[in-house]
Amino acid sequence: MSGPPAQPAGRVELRQERDVAAARIAVSKAMDALGARALRKTRFVTAVSEIARNALDHGGGGVLEIYRLDRPRRIMIRCIDQGPGIADIDQAMTDGFSTARSMGKGLGGARRLVDAFRIESRVGAGTTIEMEANP
Amino acid sequence: MSEAASIYTVDKVLLVAIRDNITDTDIINLQEDLSERIVNEAARGVVIDIAALEIVDTFVGRILAQLSSISRLLAAETYIVGMRPAVAMTLVELGMDLPGSKTALSLSHALRALKAKGLA
Amino acid sequence: MTVAPTTEVSRLLREEFDSVLDAWFATQKREGVRRPDLFSDRESRRQLSDLLRAFSDALSRIDITEAVDIDADNWSELRMALSEITLVRTERGVAPWEMTAFMLALKQPVFEMLSKNLADRTDRLLAEAADFGRVVDALAMHINEYFIAERDEIIERQRAEMMELSTPVVQLWERVLTIPLIGTLDSMRAQEVMENLLNSIVEHSAEVVIVDITGVRVVDTQVAQHLLRTAAAVRLMGAEAIISGISPKIAQTMVELGVDVGEVTTRPSIRAALAEAFRRVGFQISRIEDTRV
Repeated sequence: MSGPPAQPAGRVELRQERDVAAARIAVSKAMDALGARALRKTRFVTAVSEIARNALDHGGGGVLEIYRLDRPRRIMIRCIDQGPGIADIDQAMTDGFSTARSMGKGLGGARRLVDAFRIESRVGAGTTIEMEANP
Repeated sequence: MSEAASIYTVDKVLLVAIRDNITDTDIINLQEDLSERIVNEAARGVVIDIAALEIVDTFVGRILAQLSSISRLLAAETYIVGMRPAVAMTLVELGMDLPGSKTALSLSHALRALKAKGLA
Repeated sequence: MTVAPTTEVSRLLREEFDSVLDAWFATQKREGVRRPDLFSDRESRRQLSDLLRAFSDALSRIDITEAVDIDADNWSELRMALSEITLVRTERGVAPWEMTAFMLALKQPVFEMLSKNLADRTDRLLAEAADFGRVVDALAMHINEYFIAERDEIIERQRAEMMELSTPVVQLWERVLTIPLIGTLDSMRAQEVMENLLNSIVEHSAEVVIVDITGVRVVDTQVAQHLLRTAAAVRLMGAEAIISGISPKIAQTMVELGVDVGEVTTRPSIRAALAEAFRRVGFQISRIEDTRV
């Protein structure tokens, strides 16, 4: 994946479910700082909630980094876990697919809610997801 | 009961106010608390107010749908009220339109509907 | 503050300011970009003089033999002077290309002066001409970017205005809203329509909304999906949607496409939809008994 544009503007460890709420709050604040519109914020923070929960449930925890991009002004997050990885990404992105409790709309849904979505996963090495949104 | 949600009884209707940034455990606890209260108080109506929720993701959406289903099984008609426009649009995009749940604009709209059916 | 190495260009702009100004002015005149119909000679000269002064100041501070970044902070004063003159001139009707040529017209006279003063030092002449040319080109580019940004802003503003005009939510009655859709319904517009409608539901405490598609040109699978999603979002808010204006032809197309409207209420006309809306909010229309006989 492309290198980070700068130092992250925020970082949230995802170790327990309370951290998913912390991730939502941190991203929500970052979007407020960018002057994001209500709808855009709701969409992006919801997507963040999905992938953070995914990292916790399937990846055994991880870390969420928040970046602010200039030119064009955007928010980007990167969510990294060292879990078992996803064998078939296309299948995981399909609505209705789930290996745990998320009802299988999580990843595919998250992708629909953001302006850019990248996923990289290696079996046994973990999963990294990057998402971007205009404010 | 945790701080994240409270259950009040008004006119034999159980009002559930969910606060923002509720955790997964909170909402699962809520499920248990609510079903017990419905049975204990023989409530025929439940109103779940989610006006405080800025975000409803698939997990919370699924719990809301389950709350409605459980209440209905326990003979209490359940309304989800106060959903924000941005939340409604996002849920539809996620493919979660809560087909089995009744909705109303606000608490008073839901209470009016329950009264009309003699459930409040 | 850093001091740039003295070059022949910076010396010219400082010590022979007036002759450079005259020459620039003359070049513009010759190239027909002075626009005497819009600006008097005095005004034009003052603009040029301000710009050249800012340029001269920048060159005394900035070493242009290095890579030049016009967007950097140390160029801000010249950038501002340039933006100001661009604004003043375009407001009176100067075209973008004329404004670019206006800037580029500085090259030729300076090159001529350089080749005269550095006739015996070809290396330096070439280097200085190249450096100076690059800066003037960058300034011309900056003018272009200014225009593009301004156009983008206008387009975005008009788009937003058109969007508002084309998706008016109207209150028909207490608790009853309608949104008449006209033209095409692409994804972006569908989202605006939905957002507009849902916000209006909150604003008016509406219980029934009529989405009228009489004026929608084509209803294909995608448009049908947008409509159904709008209806689903309306229901999540606690209101009900009625889709009206479904002509026999559209009904046939929808069935052929395999679109299942599920539990969404549909009506052929807005009149039928309104009757249904009244029924749901508990109103009734009745004819006043005709007493005229």
